[in-house]
Amino acid sequence: MPELSIENLHVYRGEQHVLRGLNAQVSAGQCLQITGENGAGKTTLLRVLCGLLPAESLQLTWRGRVCSPQDAEYHQGLSYLSHAAPLKADLTGWENLRFLLSLRGVWQAERVGALLERLGARRFADRPVRSLSAGQRRRLALVGLVASQSQLWLLDEPTTNLDSAGTRLVTELLSEHLERGGLAMVATHVSLDIAPSALQSLHLTSGDGARRVA
Amino acid sequence: MSEGLHTQEVSRDTRLLPKCAAIVVRDLQLLVRRPGQMLQILGFFVVVTVLFPLGYSPELGKLRLIAPGVLWVGALLASLLALEGLFRDDAEDGTLEQWLLCGQPLAALLLAKTAVHWLLTGLPLTVLAPLLAVTLGVSIEAAPGILLALGLGTLALSLIGSIAAGLTLGLRRGGVLLSLLSLPLAVPVLIFGARATELVIQGDSPTAALYLLASLVVLAITLAPLAAAAAVRIGLE
Repeated sequence: MPELSIENLHVYRGEQHVLRGLNAQVSAGQCLQITGENGAGKTTLLRVLCGLLPAESLQLTWRGRVCSPQDAEYHQGLSYLSHAAPLKADLTGWENLRFLLSLRGVWQAERVGALLERLGARRFADRPVRSLSAGQRRRLALVGLVASQSQLWLLDEPTTNLDSAGTRLVTELLSEHLERGGLAMVATHVSLDIAPSALQSLHLTSGDGARRVA
Repeated sequence: MSEGLHTQEVSRDTRLLPKCAAIVVRDLQLLVRRPGQMLQILGFFVVVTVLFPLGYSPELGKLRLIAPGVLWVGALLASLLALEGLFRDDAEDGTLEQWLLCGQPLAALLLAKTAVHWLLTGLPLTVLAPLLAVTLGVSIEAAPGILLALGLGTLALSLIGSIAAGLTLGLRRGGVLLSLLSLPLAVPVLIFGARATELVIQGDSPTAALYLLASLVVLAITLAPLAAAAAVRIGLE
């Protein structure tokens, strides 16, 4: 029984019919990798699933219940990481994380401290985000993602701006998340180094909707 | 593997008030880092008001007659300037998206945001107004009435403006459109506010006008956050 099931998803962006009748299922412990050329609708798909963009039609089932992508209960179980890290430039990394996690009701200072350590972000967490590089911001955003303890991760190019060690770290975090029974949908072209049994992929092509590869 | 950490469910604080408190704390932190915006708005209010004696007449008797209008139009324009950044900064760096995804009613979060915005712009404008009124020949005894009228008025203006601020999120330069959208809605506030101030300055009782102003605030608190939430959703698409 898949935890997340998407059926008959149609999305228009203006006049353009971007996603045409897309179907996908993700079970607990599974990662769905979304690939496709630029403009094929990867970001659109993730944003529709967050309820940030409206869909023409969509039947969404989450944990066995039909719901709308704007339901509060569904949102409490998901984390979305867009390609820009959601951080205020004038606040420090620590203050930013404190705010983002308080907003989700999961702020625990020790846990965040340990995650900062693990992601090598501790030494710059007290500096204003304005002075950090894009890769450092991404590491802070990843700390927020893991600390929010959501079951469903929707990640848009999570490895952008990261060095090779950072990219390895992302796949490591992703594997652990899946082992804990988490779900993930990841839009990326980087090959994800996770157990093949946990990985499915979805290739989007502009024009004729989606094809399931494996 | 499905019986892992997630199925046991994480302890998640789902109360709304701590989230609103987090928004207030964060906006106060942001103000401490960049006090510039607030000071600019206060400066604008001062300059607009002080221009009138120069452009109209330095006679205090004449200035006293136009003082209510000058104070209110000055405060209205200053709050419009401030509203431009109400949601825009958060929308641009992607933090506003996270508000939509935190599983809390967006209207309540936006109400908290608008309330703290009023605290940081509307309230300082209000406090400044009786002092500026003195420069227009108004006696300092009118201060409590002016404070009350402008306090209520700027609160209503912030709430009304939050709708337009949400609607203009998707536009690159929304400033002029924001004014065009909010000003017609702000007319009742201006009418009753200026009337209350006028009565106070003449030494009469402004009670009736203040009640009407307060009722506008109640109406705005009830409806504006819902409209603003709908507008922000559209603005972020």
